[in-house]
Amino acid sequence: MNAAPLLRMTGIDKSFLGVRVLHGVDLELRSGELHALVGENGAGKSTLMKVLAGVHRPDGGRIEIDGAEVSFDHPSRARRAGVSTVFQEFNLLPERTVAQNVFLGREILSRGLVDDRAMERTTAELLDDLGLEGISPRARVRHLSVAEQQVVEIVKALSHDARVISMDEPTAALADHEVEVLYRIIARLRERGVGVLYVSHRLKEIFDLADTITVLKDGHRVDTVPADDIAPADLVRRMVGRPVSSVFPERLEPHGEHVGRVRLAVSGGGNTRLDGIDLEVRGGEIVGLAGLQGSGRTEIAHALFGVDRFTRGEVHVDGRRVDPRSPRRAIRAGLALVTEDRKARGLALEQSVTANARLVLDAVNPFGSARRAARVPGLLSSLELVARGGPRQEVRYLSGGNQQKVVLAKWLVTDPGVMVLDEPTRGIDVGAKQAVYTLMRELAAAGVAVLLISSELPELIGMSDRLVVLDDGRVAGELPGGSDEETVMALATGATREAVS
Amino acid sequence: MTPSPSPLRDLLDRAGTTGAVYAALAGVLVIGSLFVAFQGSHLFTAANTVDLFTRGSLLGFLAIGQTLVILCRSLDLSVGYVAALSTMVSAIVMAGDPSRIVLGIGATLGLAALIGLVNGLVVTRLRVNPFITTLGTGLLIKGYLDTRFQGPAGSIPAEFQTFGLSRIGVLPVSTLVMLALAVLAILFLRRTRMGFHMYAVGGDSEVARLSGIRPEIPVITAHVLCSMTAGIAGLLLASRFGTGNTLVYNNGYELEAIAAVVLGGTYLLGGRGGVAGTMAGVFILATLDTVFNTLSVDPFVKDVLRGAIVIAAVAVYARGRHGRTSVRPRFTSGGAPPAPPPPPPPTATPSARGGDR
Repeated sequence: MNAAPLLRMTGIDKSFLGVRVLHGVDLELRSGELHALVGENGAGKSTLMKVLAGVHRPDGGRIEIDGAEVSFDHPSRARRAGVSTVFQEFNLLPERTVAQNVFLGREILSRGLVDDRAMERTTAELLDDLGLEGISPRARVRHLSVAEQQVVEIVKALSHDARVISMDEPTAALADHEVEVLYRIIARLRERGVGVLYVSHRLKEIFDLADTITVLKDGHRVDTVPADDIAPADLVRRMVGRPVSSVFPERLEPHGEHVGRVRLAVSGGGNTRLDGIDLEVRGGEIVGLAGLQGSGRTEIAHALFGVDRFTRGEVHVDGRRVDPRSPRRAIRAGLALVTEDRKARGLALEQSVTANARLVLDAVNPFGSARRAARVPGLLSSLELVARGGPRQEVRYLSGGNQQKVVLAKWLVTDPGVMVLDEPTRGIDVGAKQAVYTLMRELAAAGVAVLLISSELPELIGMSDRLVVLDDGRVAGELPGGSDEETVMALATGATREAVS
Repeated sequence: MTPSPSPLRDLLDRAGTTGAVYAALAGVLVIGSLFVAFQGSHLFTAANTVDLFTRGSLLGFLAIGQTLVILCRSLDLSVGYVAALSTMVSAIVMAGDPSRIVLGIGATLGLAALIGLVNGLVVTRLRVNPFITTLGTGLLIKGYLDTRFQGPAGSIPAEFQTFGLSRIGVLPVSTLVMLALAVLAILFLRRTRMGFHMYAVGGDSEVARLSGIRPEIPVITAHVLCSMTAGIAGLLLASRFGTGNTLVYNNGYELEAIAAVVLGGTYLLGGRGGVAGTMAGVFILATLDTVFNTLSVDPFVKDVLRGAIVIAAVAVYARGRHGRTSVRPRFTSGGAPPAPPPPPPPTATPSARGGDR
């Protein structure tokens, strides 16, 4: 065994806008090894990969390859040094062929002209090496399945003579039988001495594949252990388990007429991203949707709200069957959705506070909206909205927390029966968070059915009466409010079922 | 893993749009000649054929350049003005003297290239929307021409007028030159790195950048080449008129060139298409003009028909492109996992399907 590892990262620091996301992270990768990187959402896994890929420059620390220090200021520099990354979102041109994509930017020339044949031949050889003769180097990428596109990304990486390949959630979009193909490819890569850095939320894969596991939490490296020396439950424990820092407001005395009645019921809901979703939310109840990124939380919100509709199953609101084919219909049925992406989907940034707050009302119930709109100023002040320019100020000049209050006002004024909140406290300050929490309690007490989606487990656990945990587009189980984080994470990562089986 | 597209589908895909556009050209020729025959005359008389090719050559030069620019996800609205300016520059520099022909051509193309360079730099470095940039340079040129010249100026020597006026059989020399240039452009796009990088930048400039391509370079190059083809169009017009003529810009060449490019199957948002398709688009428009002239269709009706045809063609291309996402369905309507292999990719590509109805 040679002494210097293939890749060594030491003391990697990275901050964004003053927020420290990586705190002196160390990582070593040996030739032929698969090193898995695990952690909760926001633990810093993706940032670390992007530092390695040359997308982000680290603020501090060293990266060494074969013991020699390197510095990547551009992804192409990283690739030239033998480090390739397969990102979650694909970096392929759909209108070009497989071979053209593989050699993009380094087209093979013969006598000054691009030699398509040579590129196709080389691509075919690389594909054959991986045992994937099925993909034609001349096929347009647009015609390939997601799994095949992933293979093209890997081949692209290999064509650079990559010695380190890092993969960010490579199975996120794959079906089970496609995952097996990926396993096979990874095995071949390792036989050749390529070091693989692997990020995944799925514990099963981690234990199937990894030699070594590094756990990240809140930007710190918690531990690096051989995969054989740790049990799934133990791993989950190291991923979570932080002190609960925020305090959540107490439940209020319910008073609305709808309290206790089922206001939202989904049975057997499904579409291309979801399957067999059964869900019930009663008036006065806050139900939390837990799950990892991509597990289907936002997809449920979108399906309820008619953005990407359910193609199977039924939705009932207040006992009436509804078919939310469009957001307009969903709103008429009494639903409200506070979207995850406030700026792009929640607000018209260049319009005033008032215009935004009245947006839904004016659009969906234009007649007789004046009476309800009269409540807007009161609502805004009850939310303690701080807008220096008053209600005519353009929303883009408000802080994140105040913008979120405008979004909330926009929905409150429609008197929704069911309120879906997707990451309502993302990127807002502590004070605004408290306001959002208090508002949720008040809504629930008034008989509104609240569905809360959040990546922040403490928030979800602290606010919800019940938790519905999703895994891979399905309901993995239901837990009472106040369950501990490990139990939730175990369900969400599939570790529970692993442990049982 | 799904089987990758069959060789047949691969072939169809390659022939796809371009094949469809040529089929449409054949259709237009057949239907046009039927209409003309209905009126008791003949579409393919020598006079009509010459007319068709002559129209095609001028539009062809402009559309070749425009194709490159559009492939890079840019646009050039200044080509009509550049062509007008070029007629003046060439006629004034040549001043009727055969020995100054080469100088005239050089000055014209050099100035055109310079304008293209400015367009390209403003679009890439200052990040001004190409629509605005080229509209702006176009208006600048128009203003200069309007204040500086009151009417035709300069003179083209007879020797250079052969470029615009002489022909071999029914084939005008200018058309031959244009077709030769089209072949060069096709080679450029299919066989040079710069051509490949134009597709890359137009397809996704971030992907291009991450692959080590400097995305500004192909865009600037495309703008320079586009302006130069507009310069050639100006040379052609000057050689036809015998003098420089500022009013050329009133003919709406830039929009017609864009129409030909789009009709030829090049995606207006870049990254897909090519000059071969554009040539078919050019001759579809030229054929329509010739047919309408032969039938003496009212000029207003003519424009209405042309507009309708361009819109209909693009609507056909756009069909099916819509809704294509990179997110593969995890659950199909059965819902039972593991999901069966994803449905074969949208086979008949939107455009291929669009055309071969």
